[in-house]
Amino acid sequence: MNLFCVGLSHHTANVETRERFAGSTGAERALRAAGCAEVLLLATCNRVEVYGASEKRVSTDEIARCLLQKSGVSDIEHSAALPFYRYEAEKCVQHLFRVASGLDSMVVGETEILGQTKKAYQSARTSGAVGPCLHRLFQRTFRVAKQVRTHTEITRGSVSVGSVAVDLAQKIFGDLGDCKVLVLGAGETSERTARALLSRGVSDLRVSNRSSDRAQELAQRVGGSAVRFDEWPEQCREIDILITSTSSESPLLTPTNLRPMLTNRVDRPLFIIDIAVPRDVDPAVNEMEGVYLYDIDALRSVAEQSLAVRRQQIASAEAIIAEHVAEFLEKVLLELNRTSRAAEQSPVADSSLRASQL
Amino acid sequence: MDRNLLIISTICFLAAVVRTVVALRAGIFRPGTFNFLAIGLGFVFQTVFLSIRGHAVGRCPLTNLFEVFIFLAWSVALIYLLVGPAYRLSLMGAFTAPLVVLLQGFALIAPIDVRHTVKVPPNPSLEFHASVSLIAYGAFALACIAGVMYLVQERQLKTHHLHSIFYHLPPLTDLFAAITRLLWWGFILYTIGIASGFFTGRPLPRVQVIAAIGVWLLYAAILQGRHLRRIAPKQIAALCIVGFSVALTLLWGITFSAQTHSLP
Repeated sequence: MNLFCVGLSHHTANVETRERFAGSTGAERALRAAGCAEVLLLATCNRVEVYGASEKRVSTDEIARCLLQKSGVSDIEHSAALPFYRYEAEKCVQHLFRVASGLDSMVVGETEILGQTKKAYQSARTSGAVGPCLHRLFQRTFRVAKQVRTHTEITRGSVSVGSVAVDLAQKIFGDLGDCKVLVLGAGETSERTARALLSRGVSDLRVSNRSSDRAQELAQRVGGSAVRFDEWPEQCREIDILITSTSSESPLLTPTNLRPMLTNRVDRPLFIIDIAVPRDVDPAVNEMEGVYLYDIDALRSVAEQSLAVRRQQIASAEAIIAEHVAEFLEKVLLELNRTSRAAEQSPVADSSLRASQL
Repeated sequence: MDRNLLIISTICFLAAVVRTVVALRAGIFRPGTFNFLAIGLGFVFQTVFLSIRGHAVGRCPLTNLFEVFIFLAWSVALIYLLVGPAYRLSLMGAFTAPLVVLLQGFALIAPIDVRHTVKVPPNPSLEFHASVSLIAYGAFALACIAGVMYLVQERQLKTHHLHSIFYHLPPLTDLFAAITRLLWWGFILYTIGIASGFFTGRPLPRVQVIAAIGVWLLYAAILQGRHLRRIAPKQIAALCIVGFSVALTLLWGITFSAQTHSLP
């Protein structure tokens, strides 16, 4: 039994090419007709991959043709001219383990790919395209991905500005359900950050902007309440999180004007997310007791720290993967090949054996 | 035999410390069941040791500085095992284990396990006073540990440099809530301990009374500052460390002087 993976990813092909070969519902059937005994199509925004098991080698050109069927184009250039990669046996197992663990993702350590892989497996299993070989391969893949997540810090921290801000808010306040948030300035990034906070349980969100119409609009969009711009300093006495992104030329918040707002809130921290350029908040505010100020550079720096840690963890993740690859090849693949040979000699037993393995 | 139990117990706590240090150096620290189990096992050996020692001396084993330190280490582990899982402060174990190792290591190495030649008759009131006061010290120790955790977390948030441990520390507000609860528990137990000291039927040495009331006033002032919202959380965390350091030094001084005076 040949185990292989043929595909395109963000490493090898641009989005237009990936779209061309995105496959369709008919692709699976076409691949099976082309000679794949078992097949699974993993199509995400960053990759299109076919995992298959066949008795005889199915060429990359043939697989590419099957994936193209969606658009109805039958003539394609030779696969050598296309950015397809092909992994067989050990390399295929290793590649799948790396993909599901997030090592091959655009953002190293992202976890969405594991969900997408599980979904692709479920879909192929429902349609009957998965046999004992891919079944065992994918079951092992899910185990490996889980182990990589548990035993390394590959998924640690957030790597986008919005999610870093939300993670920090949770590290300060814990449960965000009781937090009051003021969005100062109705920019796109502040809206994204506000939405991220709302998704983590914030229920009291206020919006203030020089243009009250824009404040009303944003408040309506995110389900918050609008506050007049001249009232925002007074709001600072009540709120826990301030997201600011105005186009003010000079800082709106300085230690001098913030100090009176902090009286009577000695045990309540204030988290300020300043995403304005030029900055709305004087950096000296971060020196004040109980105030945590993060400007856009600080948020990016935290995101980069997380990414750097994730990259440092690649070696540990690769070691876990290598162990599983060796074990899988030694135990599972050899056993499956033996079973396959035995089935060839005794065709009657084939279907019952496969069914029992499933 | 009983000292061997204590050595095994110290090794258990040391295992938790070593594992934490190795994981932190590798940048992959995460609080797991290992630390909790190691501390739990260490606690079991501590308990057996104290039980054997108690039978040997025929009373609560608080007859010398060695036993006081072990009882204090036992109280710290006890409060951690009660508080850690309840407030989801499993990481506290990583901070608790080193303190217990220090206390027990010192007690094992220093020549302070001096046996009394004259057997002191049991005095339940005195034993209650001493044991409750030491359990209160355990709560103050845990408040001190939570204070260290708070300051570590706060520092990282202020400087924007987030270490691996940052992602496993509880949120600042949760830590502060834990500090407050531990301070209250410690203060209530310490108040009971001090009050019961006046009903032991024995005259209390003036130095001990002054020192005990001094510690009580220190913690009362911290709690009052917290209650009136006059002291910022960061300062309360720092005061918990100062308070426990003072309390521990005084405990040492009191026990050492009491032991010296009571020796024939």
